[in-house]
Amino acid sequence: MKVVLQNLYKRFPNQTKGGAEVVAVNNFNFEIPDGKLIGLLGPSGCGKSTTLNLISGLEKVSEGKIFFGEDDVTDLPPERRGVGLVFQNYALYPHLTARNNIIFPLQNLKGKDKMTKEAMNAKAEEVARLVQIEPFLDRKPSEMSGGQQQRVAIARALVKVPKVLLLDEPLSNLDARLRLQTREEIRRIQRDTGVTTIFVTHDQEEAMSISDLIVVMKDGIIQQIDKPQNVYDFPVNLFVAKFLGTPPINVFEGEVKGDRLFIGEQDVLEMKNVKDRKVYVGVRPEGFILDENGPLVCDLSAVEVMGRDTSVVSTHPAFTGVTIRSIIDTAENKVDPEAAQVRFSLKPYKVHIFDHETEERIPVEG
Amino acid sequence: MAENYDTQRLIKADRARERTRKIIVYTFLVIWALFVLFPFYWMILTSIKSYSSYNSEYIPRFIATQPTLQNYVDAFTTVSLGRYFLNTAFFTVVTTAVMLVVITLAAFAFARLEFKGKNLVFALFLSLMMIPNELVIITNFVTITDWGMRNTFWGLILPSITSIFYIYLLKENFESIPEELYKAAKVDGTSDFKYLLKVMVPICRPTLITVIILKVIECWNSYVWPRLITDDAAYYLVSNGIQEIRENGFGRENIPAMMAAVVVISVPLIVLFLIFHKKIMAGVSRGGTKG
Amino acid sequence: MSGKNNLKGWLYLLPAILFLGVFMVYPLVDVIIYSVEEGYNSASQSYKGIGLYNFSYVLHDPYFLQAIKNTFLLVIITVPLSTGIALLISVLLSSIKPLRNLFQTVYFLPYVTNTLAVGLVFMILFKKTPYSDGMINLVIKWFGGGVVDFIEGPYWAKMFVMCFYTIWVVMPFKILILTSALASVNQTYYNAAKVDGTSRGRIFRKITLPMISPMLFYLIITGFIGAFKAYSDEVAIFGTDLNAAGMNTIVGYVYDMLYGNSGGYPSYASAAALILFAIVFTITVINLKISKNNVQY
Repeated sequence: MKVVLQNLYKRFPNQTKGGAEVVAVNNFNFEIPDGKLIGLLGPSGCGKSTTLNLISGLEKVSEGKIFFGEDDVTDLPPERRGVGLVFQNYALYPHLTARNNIIFPLQNLKGKDKMTKEAMNAKAEEVARLVQIEPFLDRKPSEMSGGQQQRVAIARALVKVPKVLLLDEPLSNLDARLRLQTREEIRRIQRDTGVTTIFVTHDQEEAMSISDLIVVMKDGIIQQIDKPQNVYDFPVNLFVAKFLGTPPINVFEGEVKGDRLFIGEQDVLEMKNVKDRKVYVGVRPEGFILDENGPLVCDLSAVEVMGRDTSVVSTHPAFTGVTIRSIIDTAENKVDPEAAQVRFSLKPYKVHIFDHETEERIPVEG
Repeated sequence: MAENYDTQRLIKADRARERTRKIIVYTFLVIWALFVLFPFYWMILTSIKSYSSYNSEYIPRFIATQPTLQNYVDAFTTVSLGRYFLNTAFFTVVTTAVMLVVITLAAFAFARLEFKGKNLVFALFLSLMMIPNELVIITNFVTITDWGMRNTFWGLILPSITSIFYIYLLKENFESIPEELYKAAKVDGTSDFKYLLKVMVPICRPTLITVIILKVIECWNSYVWPRLITDDAAYYLVSNGIQEIRENGFGRENIPAMMAAVVVISVPLIVLFLIFHKKIMAGVSRGGTKG
Repeated sequence: MSGKNNLKGWLYLLPAILFLGVFMVYPLVDVIIYSVEEGYNSASQSYKGIGLYNFSYVLHDPYFLQAIKNTFLLVIITVPLSTGIALLISVLLSSIKPLRNLFQTVYFLPYVTNTLAVGLVFMILFKKTPYSDGMINLVIKWFGGGVVDFIEGPYWAKMFVMCFYTIWVVMPFKILILTSALASVNQTYYNAAKVDGTSRGRIFRKITLPMISPMLFYLIITGFIGAFKAYSDEVAIFGTDLNAAGMNTIVGYVYDMLYGNSGGYPSYASAAALILFAIVFTITVINLKISKNNVQY
């Protein structure tokens, strides 16, 4: 089932008197293709959870329309939309066993949809198998680990075969290792069921690793919708560039002058067909090449060898942050940690330039 | 498009049902509010009807045609309502104040001090919490009588000074203050007593206020013990006073004047409540019992 | 050092221990002694012998039996009714937003009133005098009923007033506790149920009730204990001579034995108080057993 958002707005009245209303969702337009996994990504307070609530029907739309397939569901209450929702804290009923939690939505069915006890049990076990929690079906939530609870929550959302599966920060309550494992699990379940899935996260790595498409949001406004790799390689603006990638992109003050790109006074790259102007220069950590004669001269602060990679920490007068982090292959390069300076040349396709005023990315040919 | 038409109808039905439900809910809530408020309305109404007009109304009227404050004058002059009032205020203030000192000291000892037998004493305290007042009041009555304290304020106050429940409540709160604070104070050479006074008491003010509120309500409404221990009207509290007014009152059965007395007695707590209703309700839901 | 610390701890505890010892521990022992001292004379403070006669006397005293009957009726009627109505009101209250605080504040008002004083208002509302049938009778007449003297009339009428007033008095506390219990149920459970299309009734039975069941049982237990100790509400409505009105309660019986016109018998009072304690204790234990089996998490 594809999901379409059309000129969608959600405004909240300001809590304090006289304050302006808050626009949590500002003119959203996008289409989620059938059977895809979409990540809504953005810093906290950017309106991503609100978007999810609008799609589930828990919040009322201020303006605009939502379609599931061809059906306009904008005014439908949540129970009539046929969505499955997994909450950040799972919202498993603490007094019911996993099995009864999963069966719960089925017991709500009335009339011709009504199921027998056996049918419900069979269905619950089928979903339990899918999310691999069969051994724990008769435990209560308090007797299960976070990861197991998470799967029960997913099973409960899937048992009615929803048109759309919504996940609100599904991994944020898990520890690092479990998070890695569970996100692959979610990806697998989504592929197996083929249900259109939307999940919300503030963790860019999470979004990158499993989504078919990423929607990057900021202050209620969509910044970019694209495939994960494209968002990383071609960020539309400085915000998106900074938000994606760990370690984050290194941003310098710079200038384009006569087809050359300058960082501070240093002429670092050729930059054809770009008008002369002040720019921000973003360099991904992996975009640096150690080069004794490189044009970019930085003051070396520290060298952190982390097995496969070496992280070179340095400073530069034109740098907008505190320290520049560059990632170098340990095997190929040795940096003298005692040296005062380190010189780099840059990989052109890892360098992005942004207009100094609008912070939009300036497309570069080649 | 049939699907769409169907959806619209569904939505309309949902909304209509929701509206009916709201109307029923609000109607019910308003009725209950009237049920709660009606006695208050009736007591104020009756208190401003004159003696003659009240007694001439075979069918009670819902408004006072000629409101008068004479009943309030009577309530203070014919019977010693003012006296009862002051007695109760005095009793409430002293009992609450002394109790605060006693329970704060005890709670501090349980929460922060280390001494032999602490756990045993605390367990004993807790087990005493189950003992109902009715069981011990008999001997207390005899004790106070033997001490010659009937018809004295001490007789009224002494048995009401400790409350294990409040000690418990306060101890829990004291223990929630990080022990590092206590250690830091010790390092700075602060004495235990000063630490209690300057650090713990201010931090636990919300709990102390809760305790004060509950105790004041309890004192203001206490009836049984004062009734046992006082038969001299000079020491009556409002509850006993109102009972006395009812039985021997104004020389004749003067209901409007009685209602004026009831209003006067009820007003202080109600005013207190209207000012602090949030604090009071939060406090009662944390530590109150009644009914 | 440790010796000094020991002393200090006890010093802080001293006032509390002193008061509790004199007014709680000693009386507890004493009440048992009183209850077995036969033929105790309070003037000479002497007694004839030791035995269970006091209990037998109390259990055969028609006034005590009347008090037991009144108290049990009061408990059986008011505890389920008040808890049920409080639950209904709290649920309705939690389902609305506008005016909710106002309603909550109004509903709580009776808690802070002097029950003796407001009891008088109920008394005059229900009372039938030569001058007037009273406000309640007026309402009954509107609906075509006959006039009843609720204060000095038939037993069922007096019992009705007693229960009515008791419910009015205990309601604020119960509503307050239940609304805060309802408010503490995490909203996401309701959202989850809503997304799954759960009906209101089912949400209430399957989610709300189990979630607030600990508080509900707490209220039922304290409700039982409180109702068994009923006394001052009855005084407020029927006056101090509850035996004459036939409306005495167990606690009232204890005080009457101790003090007043029929007083001077601390032994009988003690026996009655111990019987009350035994009843309340038994009922509480049963309640706790039931709640243990029913509180679901």
